[in-house]
Amino acid sequence: MTEPLSEDWKGYVQRIEELATRSGLAYHPVDFEAVPDSFMMEIAVYGLPVRMPHWSFGVRYIYQLIQRHMGHSRLFEVVFPGNPGHAYLASSNGLAENILVTAHVLGHADFSRNNLLFRRCQEQVSEHIVEHAASHARQIQQAIETYGAQRVETVLDAALALEQHIDVDVSLRRPRYPEYETDPKALADDEFRKRFAALDPTAAPTGIELRKRAPVPPHPERDLLWFVANYAPEMESWERDIFLAVREESFYFYPVFATQIMNEGWASYWHARLLREADFIPQQAYVDAIKCHSDVVRPIAADQQVALNINPYHLGFSMWEKIVEAEGLDAARNIMQQDDDFGFIRNHLTRELADELGLFRFSARSDGQVKVLEHELTGLHEAILSPKYNFGAPTVSATHVRTDGTLELTHDNSVDGRGLDLERSRKVLDYVQRVWRRPIVLTTVNQAGSTLELTAP
Amino acid sequence: MSGPEQGEKAGSGAAKWYELFSRGARDWLRHDEKVRESVRQHLPQIVAGGEVINDGARTVRVPVRMLEHYHFRLRRAEESQGAGQGKAKPGDVFSDPSKQRGPGEKGPGGQDEGEVQLLLEFKVDDIVDWLWEEMQLPNLKAKVGPSEETDWIREGWDRRGARSRLDRRRSFKELVKRRGAPGATPTFTDDDLRFRQLARRRQPAIHAVVFFLLDVSGSMSDRDRKLAKTFFFWVVQGLRREYRSLETVFVAHTTEAWEFSESDFFKVSGTGGTVTSTGLAKVRDIIDERYNPGRCNIYLFYASDGDNSVSDAGESREKLSSIAADACFTGYVEVSSGLSRQLATEAGRLFAELATAGCAAGSYALNDFDDVWGAVRHFFTAESRAAEGPG
Repeated sequence: MTEPLSEDWKGYVQRIEELATRSGLAYHPVDFEAVPDSFMMEIAVYGLPVRMPHWSFGVRYIYQLIQRHMGHSRLFEVVFPGNPGHAYLASSNGLAENILVTAHVLGHADFSRNNLLFRRCQEQVSEHIVEHAASHARQIQQAIETYGAQRVETVLDAALALEQHIDVDVSLRRPRYPEYETDPKALADDEFRKRFAALDPTAAPTGIELRKRAPVPPHPERDLLWFVANYAPEMESWERDIFLAVREESFYFYPVFATQIMNEGWASYWHARLLREADFIPQQAYVDAIKCHSDVVRPIAADQQVALNINPYHLGFSMWEKIVEAEGLDAARNIMQQDDDFGFIRNHLTRELADELGLFRFSARSDGQVKVLEHELTGLHEAILSPKYNFGAPTVSATHVRTDGTLELTHDNSVDGRGLDLERSRKVLDYVQRVWRRPIVLTTVNQAGSTLELTAP
Repeated sequence: MSGPEQGEKAGSGAAKWYELFSRGARDWLRHDEKVRESVRQHLPQIVAGGEVINDGARTVRVPVRMLEHYHFRLRRAEESQGAGQGKAKPGDVFSDPSKQRGPGEKGPGGQDEGEVQLLLEFKVDDIVDWLWEEMQLPNLKAKVGPSEETDWIREGWDRRGARSRLDRRRSFKELVKRRGAPGATPTFTDDDLRFRQLARRRQPAIHAVVFFLLDVSGSMSDRDRKLAKTFFFWVVQGLRREYRSLETVFVAHTTEAWEFSESDFFKVSGTGGTVTSTGLAKVRDIIDERYNPGRCNIYLFYASDGDNSVSDAGESREKLSSIAADACFTGYVEVSSGLSRQLATEAGRLFAELATAGCAAGSYALNDFDDVWGAVRHFFTAESRAAEGPG
């Protein structure tokens, strides 16, 4: 399986692993593989080594190519959680980079095995997401051969447009809603029915007649992928399978997304620490690796004074250093296991650290004018976290299916603070309508805050 | 790369699966295809874009945006909050370099920063093909049918023939077919030889000439001329599909008329008044001099803002009907930026009379680049009807 990595490097892997285990890292074994840069880029584009085909990945691919040509991004490694985990290292990495990356990968492996959110999602999706995604890709390839690229693309257009709309608080393999409303009181406590039944046992109403059909959905449903796959009036089974495949991959992506700061910080903390403690690394390689570390884990680009975003590597790294220093490694491990980025930032990003790192909150006008705001810790927390709310998507739920099959979607603007982008929303409705095959109505608010309905077709 | 020990297991020395093809490139090609499809659906806008016409080249360039795969997104806020890092004090104001746009770019419409624009090149022939499909036109009938011209064309093979017409490839195929045992040295026999045959065939030799008559008097603005140019461009493309040899003649007039080469034609600007009859007379002269109406299909397209001196009406009418009698079709486009008088002009009246008189003639008011598509469609459907009419 493993592409020949340099012998020098192999010698170090084992020793780094020993050091990591001694330091308390507990992880599933990791398969290392060196792959060419072109493949690294594809992994970054698709998010998984083998994934379903879709033209939107082609767009991301071109953006990546452009980025690379401008010398912006260089990927050292990509790691996938699992048992065993898979780590892909760029074959253009030098020895020093590979040593650093190995330690970094072990940090990630420790994180993904112990963090609760990761564990819960992995228990549901399985510990073999790489293989699962590949089998989805094959399943979709087969669908293309059977039903034609056009029809499969139509389904993927809809499914991938809704990829963020899942509900990780509910199980991946959840049952359909109960068909009838359960109201046991009506059966047991009704005096009239008891008397009525006593009069003529044959005329006694059966339970079935008393039960009332439950509305679909019984409550606003956030898991749109699941809902469409299960309740679309005329969807074919292979189309449902594609929806569920996309949903399963989203369940895998969610913890990666929702713990990015912690996870990258944790891996960076450990590569720095393992490197410091690894006395077996030659001086030159150590210096090169540390230089590489400071390139990756830096707050702002070298030629800038101010950055209007926050480097998650740097923020996470600095926070973990502070936490370990103040509370000890055991406390840090507890936090690592129990939090996601929301808890992590809100509970552990202190006023002092924020000042030390020069974090600030700003307000940006649409014309590009940026104004730095007063220091205010809670506001800063939320400014960092707001792109992460609800998997980064607006809160749209399925609220009702009319008798003619029309699907009603509702956008909760009270949560999001403003209405949806109408042009984009219309396009999404067009995508989804082609698999729902009945009209769709989406309720949101316009600029003035008054209710607005979009319909498709 | 593969060493001998790897050769033992079949296939293990082969390239890794991910080196065999690029999935990113595959999905990118699909994106490209989709862009072309969507461009196809917006042909009228392309036709309208006067800028895309690439003089001389048989291609047009269409700037397109990358397609976006849409997701639910919140409306862009007037003011949004974010978190940053660096040396900044509360109250500092600066501008976000990533949001600064070049002067040519659209202000509020530009949603995405760092957007990439692609320049796709399309063959004019493809676009005309699509236009034709779109319009669902019957093939235009020429007024003057194919002449009795004949030509030798290749047709089939024979075992006998002149040495100069020996078809080596074909002969070799015969040799291969005949050869029974593999490995034997192949030698040709006379039976293998194949010679190309020629046959006399009638070739449709339809000639056509298009006259573009442009009013360049002082009242025609630059924009008017550009409109006319865009229209003429697509007319030529359309006619070129129907005629194997298509000649174009460019005539400009004010109170006088001159013939120009294509390259000079659209640069001409004159001053002074408009006397349409001079232009028509020039066209008449050229037809008489160079083209025999019995052998050649004649088209006339006239672009003007419609202002003709009233005293010229009789003269113009006479010239125009004499041309119309010989022509397959005469068309008039009224380019009038801003004031849309919808053909209620001197020149407009002339062509309307012609059409009522039963000649193949049409008029169209061209106010904007968006109208070009309509004009092209109008003329070609009118033309094909006119051609079908007399049979």
